[in-house]
Amino acid sequence: MPALDPLRLTAREAKRLLVDGEVSAAELTKVYLDQIASVEAVVRAFILVTADNAAKYSTKVDREMQATRGPLAGLPIAIKDNMVTEGVTTTCASKILSAYMPVYTATAVRQVWEDHVVMLGKTNLDEFAMGSSTENSSYQTTRNPWDLATVPGGSSGGSAAAVAAGEALWALGSDTGGSIRQPAALCGVVGMKPTYGAVSRYGLIAFASSLDQIGPLTRSVYDCALLLQHIVGRDPKDSTSIALPEPVALPDAERLDGLRVGIPTEYLAAGIEPGVRARFDESIARVEELGGRCTEISLPHTEYALPAYYIIAPAEASANLARFDGVRYGHRCAQPEDLLDMYERTRGEGFGPEVKRRIMIGAYALSAGYYDAYYGRAQKVRTLVRRDFARAFADVDLIASPTTPTVAFKAGSRTADPLSMYMCDICTIPVNLAGLPAISIPCGLSEGLPVGLQLIGPAFSENRILQAAHALEGAIGFEPAPTFRDSGAGEQATEPVSSRAAAS
Amino acid sequence: MIGEDDVRHVAKLARLRLEQDEVARMTGELAKILAHIDKMSELDVAAVPPTAHVLDIVNVLREDRAEDGLSRADALRNAPAVSDDCFRVPRMMG
Repeated sequence: MPALDPLRLTAREAKRLLVDGEVSAAELTKVYLDQIASVEAVVRAFILVTADNAAKYSTKVDREMQATRGPLAGLPIAIKDNMVTEGVTTTCASKILSAYMPVYTATAVRQVWEDHVVMLGKTNLDEFAMGSSTENSSYQTTRNPWDLATVPGGSSGGSAAAVAAGEALWALGSDTGGSIRQPAALCGVVGMKPTYGAVSRYGLIAFASSLDQIGPLTRSVYDCALLLQHIVGRDPKDSTSIALPEPVALPDAERLDGLRVGIPTEYLAAGIEPGVRARFDESIARVEELGGRCTEISLPHTEYALPAYYIIAPAEASANLARFDGVRYGHRCAQPEDLLDMYERTRGEGFGPEVKRRIMIGAYALSAGYYDAYYGRAQKVRTLVRRDFARAFADVDLIASPTTPTVAFKAGSRTADPLSMYMCDICTIPVNLAGLPAISIPCGLSEGLPVGLQLIGPAFSENRILQAAHALEGAIGFEPAPTFRDSGAGEQATEPVSSRAAAS
Repeated sequence: MIGEDDVRHVAKLARLRLEQDEVARMTGELAKILAHIDKMSELDVAAVPPTAHVLDIVNVLREDRAEDGLSRADALRNAPAVSDDCFRVPRMMG
């Protein structure tokens, strides 16, 4: 078996090694289980590692499936723990689902299982996918492999950190306002949110149904396309799912000749860190070197997207999370006096602070007397945001922006101020409101931490985005080299060395 | 401006028990978030239709064919309390 570096190995290369018989599925799986054993204590990307099942299943792939192997056979994957998996506990990082054992499997997960991937485990997230740092998990705080004092982003922070740390070959996440792209950016991996409806949401525990979308987190754009190929499609169990007009193609572009790329002035207006801006400007220069043409464009309603999102997403969440009532599944409070007492205490005990906040905003916005001013208005603003994109795409093929205004921030630095956390997603939220596909690829480092470049396209332009991202990825030449260093938590870092020595 | 009484009222609508310290903290946080959201009122949206769906798809139909759903045993598998093959809940009336 050749020496395999889990920090660098791509699914494309792993698949070739498997097909050529240079490595077995069991050997490949062991590479990731060994990496989990060596770094998971500090990264904490997984809520559940299914090591025994993974080892057993990979052996089965090797021994029994020589003739019947699916296209992803033996390729180890991590799954965000808001996708239900039959027979494998699914928590959504919430206490309210701490003992939930699904009796069915999410369509996207079932699709990759049927292609014979090896599931390594279920990854951490912000509770019910509500957050941008994975600090809202009820179970553990995942750390960024590039600096363990910083967050991995969120809400798919566990999936992004697992891929960045070499604990998984690739992963599935979900994106409601940036929850794939933002952690991908902060962890230096590729993450894609497909067109709304391209991937079935059946079995994805619903947060905001008009915005949620499952997508890949991978180490390369090619891998992203490969995984996307196997999760898209119309699903009779999700009436909002839709067949893409053309199949997802594996990208091979090296040039961007004639590609018109728009750069929205509003995305660069405020709050973009200088280091992020510098990497973005270099990426735009790469676009031009590859033959693309960049022009400034305007998306005038950008500043209204965040306020609209923080009505629409919580409103949908307050309705979706009504199902957690202690009757059919999940936590139930002890010795309820009557039914109402059971509902209220079960939910009060089971939900964490951010989930409660969102339920409250949503219920408030939908309550009598406020509906028109908040929810009704937000859905109209959503129309304006969609029109901005439609106008822009009359003149350009793709839109480019930084994925996030900053690199990974220190754990704990934004938890006290919900609004500052919400601002993390200012460049990604408009895309969900408009239902568009977008990718984040790593485009360099700032202060030793990864910077993400976002490419947004019109609905169903997945292939155009993947081709452009592939060409840019080649030109940028990002080196995945997470150091697992710990820069310390600000004040705590100044703690005298003697006391730390005494503690150890 | 949202006050503690509004928060208690909405919590009741949402069937969410909040302790007094949560009500106080939530009131301050929601006031800040709603102040940011009020930015939307700068826009004249009188003539703008609301978004019902982001894509132009209408009338998704399927064959009207009966299929098996979850079995009773599976449906009850995660229930906190079961009796006589049904979900068991506390009394509804005081």
